Amino acid sequence: MLRYLHGNQLDAYPVLRDSMFRDRATQFHDRLGWDVTVDARGQERDAYDDLDPLYVIWEGEGGRHGGSMRFLPTTGRTMVNEHFLHLTDGVAIQSPFIWECTRFCLAPTAESRVAAALMLAGGELMRAFHLSHFVGVFDARMVRIYRLIGSSPEVLGQQGSGRDMVAVGLWEYSHASRARILLRAGLSSDLSEAWFNRAFGQETAMQAAPLQMSA
Amino acid sequence: MGTELELEPYLERVERAEGLEDIQTLIVALRDHYHIAHIVYHWVSSDGEQYGCGTYPPVWVQRYVDQDYLRIDPVVIGCFQRFHPVEWKRLDWSGKQARAFRADAIAHGVGNQGFSIPIRGPNGQFALFTVSHDCSDAQWADFTRAHQRQLILIAHYFNLKALEFEQNRLQEPARSLSPREIDTLTFLAMGYSRGQVADMLSISEHTLRAYVESARFKLGAMNTTHAVARAISEGLIMVGSATRGAAGDWPGRSAPRQATGTGR
Repeated sequence: MLRYLHGNQLDAYPVLRDSMFRDRATQFHDRLGWDVTVDARGQERDAYDDLDPLYVIWEGEGGRHGGSMRFLPTTGRTMVNEHFLHLTDGVAIQSPFIWECTRFCLAPTAESRVAAALMLAGGELMRAFHLSHFVGVFDARMVRIYRLIGSSPEVLGQQGSGRDMVAVGLWEYSHASRARILLRAGLSSDLSEAWFNRAFGQETAMQAAPLQMSA
Repeated sequence: MGTELELEPYLERVERAEGLEDIQTLIVALRDHYHIAHIVYHWVSSDGEQYGCGTYPPVWVQRYVDQDYLRIDPVVIGCFQRFHPVEWKRLDWSGKQARAFRADAIAHGVGNQGFSIPIRGPNGQFALFTVSHDCSDAQWADFTRAHQRQLILIAHYFNLKALEFEQNRLQEPARSLSPREIDTLTFLAMGYSRGQVADMLSISEHTLRAYVESARFKLGAMNTTHAVARAISEGLIMVGSATRGAAGDWPGRSAPRQATGTGR
């Protein structure tokens, strides 16, 4: 199931929390070789985890982490604006309608539909809170993963090439792709709505735009 | 409730605002346009300084500060950790204090419905933009559904203005206060009346007023309360914990009031 949890709510789900931070260490430190901090318990955390971000987490069997991503509003402190301005010609990306998405992570054992479920959740956030874009930093190895799940960003700026490429990208909200993503995630619209509603107490379709159920 | 606002001319007016008084005027106009009970912009800094603009009755604003409601208000507590718009109904009102606070708010005409937009600014700055009204759940859902995006935008425009005012203030040369001014503001912040402070400093109330006025001017504050809040936030005076000692100011109040920090 999809959980939408703020930083201050994580402690109510210790298994989910710990397995998420461990899986992040596995993905970003062990596999991708990023320069991230892993603590003695084998968990990867950074300063942005202390800013009460919103986590979207796929909870699998035994309450364990299956995949996750982390959101922060770009009007406040973000990784992109604090560490990667050189990739955007010094332009800080700031808008109430753009959130930063970082630490997109999949558990080593995650089924392929988990990535689609996370994408679906991202879309639900956009739909409910009128977001136009997500912005985030990614490297060469993530390009393939994003392409695989059908969610390639628009590149705002990049540095390096080949395996050393680091880029800042924008993901735009597409209403039309929701049905397709639901299919890929193997989830019904109602179920996704119910998970969202439980977390936020509102429908995702706040703007009452007609649903394009073309698929 | 609420026809569609012509957003662009309105936001242009926000951009031209030169002070909190202008923001206040714009908030009243917006409230009247939507035909809802109240709209409030509320700045809460990490050191507990708060101020706001809005249409809440001055009596309620005063009571909010006097009762130290900032510390128990589920809207502030709930929104502080979030950054998406929040329906008041979704917040935790289960505690005894929270329930009493809600009853008090409704009795003061705040309304039974509310919708708050938390705003995270640079360096941990936090503000809330709130609309509230008295109506049914269904009516309120229709209103927020129809206007959510517009409200988010307006909220952030107000906040940008507030940040601009703040920056203008911070760019002024470092301030220093004379020992007498510091004494004056410190005792006011602790909650003593002007008369009491004058007695404690063995000066006349007239002289005290002069100290307050000069401190106010040096701090670029609009009135005594604001001066006290700024002096605390800039570390010029120390009173108990900063959160308890800080006091807010609300433009549009009938008369300047005493500092309400308790100094407990």
